[in-house]
Amino acid sequence: MDKKLSINRRDFVKGSATVAGGVMVGGLPLESSAHPAGTDTLKIALIGCGGRGTGAAVQALSVKQDVQLVAMADAFKDRLDTSYNNIVEKITDKNRINVPDKNKFVGFDGYKAAIDLADVIILTTPPGFRPIHLEYAVKNDKHIFTEKPMATDAAGVRKVLEMAELAKQKKLNVVVGLQRHYQTVYRELIKRIHGGEIGEITAAQAYWNGGGVWVHPREAGQTEMEYQMRNWYYFNWLCGDHIVEQHIHNLDVINWVKQDYPVKAQGMGGRQVRTGKEYGEIFDHHYVEFEYADGSIMNSQCRHIQNTWNKVAEAVTGTKGRADSSGTLYDLNGNIIWKHRDNDDPNPYQQEHDELFASIEAGEVINDLENGAKSTMTAILGRMATYSGQMITWDEAINSDHRLVPDSFGWDVLPPVLPDENGFYPIPMPGITKVL
Amino acid sequence: MNTDKKLWLKNVILLLGAAFIYHSGFSQNDTINSYTEKIPGSQVSIEMVPVPGGTFLLGSPEAEAMRDTDEGPQKEIELDGFWIGKFEITWDQYELFMQKENILRDSILSEVALKRDIVADAITRPSPPYEDPSFGMGKYGYPAGSMTQFAALMFCKWLSTKTGKFYRLPTEAEWEYACRAGSNTAYSFGDDVAELDDYGWHYENAQYTYHKVGEKKPNAFGIFDMMGNVAEWTLDHYYPDYYEKLQEEDLKNPWSKPVALYPRTVRGGSYDDDPDMLRCASRIPSNPEKWKQRDPQIPKSFWWNTDSPFVGFRVVRPFKELTQEEQDTFWAINLDED
Repeated sequence: MDKKLSINRRDFVKGSATVAGGVMVGGLPLESSAHPAGTDTLKIALIGCGGRGTGAAVQALSVKQDVQLVAMADAFKDRLDTSYNNIVEKITDKNRINVPDKNKFVGFDGYKAAIDLADVIILTTPPGFRPIHLEYAVKNDKHIFTEKPMATDAAGVRKVLEMAELAKQKKLNVVVGLQRHYQTVYRELIKRIHGGEIGEITAAQAYWNGGGVWVHPREAGQTEMEYQMRNWYYFNWLCGDHIVEQHIHNLDVINWVKQDYPVKAQGMGGRQVRTGKEYGEIFDHHYVEFEYADGSIMNSQCRHIQNTWNKVAEAVTGTKGRADSSGTLYDLNGNIIWKHRDNDDPNPYQQEHDELFASIEAGEVINDLENGAKSTMTAILGRMATYSGQMITWDEAINSDHRLVPDSFGWDVLPPVLPDENGFYPIPMPGITKVL
Repeated sequence: MNTDKKLWLKNVILLLGAAFIYHSGFSQNDTINSYTEKIPGSQVSIEMVPVPGGTFLLGSPEAEAMRDTDEGPQKEIELDGFWIGKFEITWDQYELFMQKENILRDSILSEVALKRDIVADAITRPSPPYEDPSFGMGKYGYPAGSMTQFAALMFCKWLSTKTGKFYRLPTEAEWEYACRAGSNTAYSFGDDVAELDDYGWHYENAQYTYHKVGEKKPNAFGIFDMMGNVAEWTLDHYYPDYYEKLQEEDLKNPWSKPVALYPRTVRGGSYDDDPDMLRCASRIPSNPEKWKQRDPQIPKSFWWNTDSPFVGFRVVRPFKELTQEEQDTFWAINLDED
C-alpha cells in the first residue's frame, strides 16, 4: 500500500497464519449510476435529520446499488434543511438525490408520509421515537437501517421485539447501528473468543468514560416541548440517559461475546459535576454490575465528566487468557498472542449500509432487531439499577409498565418531565426513585 | 495597564535573564536560553529550547534508503531562529485548553483572571470528543493526540493570548531543521536504523502505544521525540512537489500557506509507523477520510479526528516578535477567520 494513503499500520499476527481483514470491499468511492432512477431504484427516506442521520444518509447513498434519497422528515425545519444541504454537498452523483420540497416533512407526524414514499428507511431520530417509527416502517414492509438504542423504556423494547418478529416473518432487512458488529476488529476478535482461544469467559468490563455532549441554551419563545426536543440528550423519555444512548455500544459487545443477556443488575450513579439546569435530568456517571445466567459478571462504567480519565472500550477475561477491544488477545501472563491492526479495515459506518443494500439486492435477510432490542434493554436495566439503587432482575425490568414516552406529541403538549419554578428538573434519587 | 505591567514583570521572572536581554533588544550573537513558560491560571508549564537561525538542506538525497520522491529535490533553506517545545504538547497542557484552566484558576488556585485570561477565555474551545481521544494510552505526561490541525492551531492562539507571546506550529522547514539539529543524515543521530531505538518510539519498539514524552534521548538541540512517539502537525499545506516549486525568493523562511483544510503536512512519524517514516525528511499528508473514519456525524468534527491518535504537535515561538496586527493576520490566514 502506498504509504501516502495512511500512516501505515498493517495486519499484525503472532502465532497464527491467518491474516485478519482484507476481504471487505470499502464503500468509497461512489460508483456513478449511468442511468436515471429506474424501477429497480431503491428509494430511501431519512427520518431524523441530525448529524448522525445526515451521516447515515450519505453512507446509504454511497453504496454500489442503485439508490435514491426521495424523502426526509424531521421535527425541525432548520435541521432538515441543513441536513439536505450537507447531503447535497457530499454526494457527487446528483441523480441519487431527488427530494422536492413537497417530500420534506416537518413536525412530529411527517415520518408517515416520508416512509410511504420509500423502500428503505433510515431511522435516526432521538431513540424515544424509535419504536413508533419502527412499527410504522415494519408494518408497511420497509427495509430499515435504524440507529441504536431501540427505545428508552421497557414498553418501547417490548414493541421493538414484537416488530423484530414481524420483520422476520416479512423477511425484511433491518440493520441496527451497533456498528461494532460491522467493524472488522470486533468480528475478528469475537470470532476467536467464540472459537475458544481464551477459554470460557468469566468476567467482563465495559467503559464509556468521555466528556459528554452538546448543550443548546434555552431560547426566548420556545415551548417546553421545543426546548426538550432541541436538548433531547438530557431528557430520558427522548434519550434514555447516556448509559442507554452511548454505553449501549459497550454493553452490547459483552452480550455478543457472552451470546447472552444479563439476568440481573445492581449499581450506583449520580450527578456530581454536571448539575446545572441545562443538563436536564440525566446522571453524569453510572457504575453497574450485571450478572449473566452463568454467574459471570460484567462491570460497566460510563461517565460524562470533562477532564477525567477517558476510556471507551471493552475487555473480557477467560479461563485461558484475556481480550480487549483494541483487537488483542493475551495469555494469562499478559503476553500478546494475537493482535489485529485495523487501519486498512473498511469504515464500519459504511459497512453497515454496504451489507444492508447488498442483502436487499440479493434477496437475503439481515435482522439485527432482536439483539438491538435486548442490548437496549440491558442498558435500560442498568439505568433502572442506578436510578433506584436496587437489584433489578431482567424479568422485572422488561415487564415494567413504567413508561417514559408519552402517547401524544406536539409543540404545545407538555412533555412528561417539567422543570420547577427555578428551571431545575427532578433528578432520580437512589433509594427513593421507583423505576419498575 | 496595571494588570499588564504585573504580567510583564511576571514574564520577566519566568523567562529568566537571557530572555529579558532579548526583550531589551540584542544582537544575533547573544546567547538565547531555554525557558519555561508557565501557563497562567495553572500549575502546568511548557519547556522551550532555542534553535539558532541558520541554513540547512531541506529534504533527502535520492540515495537515501526508503526515501520518497516528495522529499526532493533538496533545497538550501535559510531560517530565522526560534524556540521550540522541548517536548510534544501533553494532555496536561492540552486539557487546560479544553476549559480546565478556568476551573483551576477560579476554584482551586483562586487566582484572579488577568485581562489576557479574559480575552483567551473567549477563544473557541474544542467540543467534547465523541470517544476517548487518548484511546486508553495514557494522559498526564503523555503526548496529546487525535486533535485536528485546526485544533492544534487554536491551542497556539489560546496560548499566545494567555501568555502575550506568539506561539504557533512550526513550518515544515522549521520542523525539519529542528529535527536535524545540524545533521544531514536520515536520522538526526546518523543513518544506522539500529540506533533508532535509543531516540524514538516506532512500530517495532512502542508496543502499539505512545509513551511519556522525554523517555528517549534528545537530539543535538536538546529536543525530545522529534522522531516517533506522536507524529506532529506543521503549519504547511502539503504538496508532493513543494520543494521542486520553491523559487529562489522562497528559500528564506519558506511556508506553504494553507489553501484548504486538507491535506496539511505531518512530520516525524509515530509509534504506529515503521522506522523509515521517522526519518527527518519524511512527509505525511493529513488524510480526512481515514483520520475521521469513525466520526459518525456530518458535518464531522472540526476539533477531533476519530482515527489519528498518533498525530500530536509541538509549538514554536519565533525569536523575532510579531506585532499584534501581524499576529492577527497570521491567525486570520491559518484559522480562516475574517
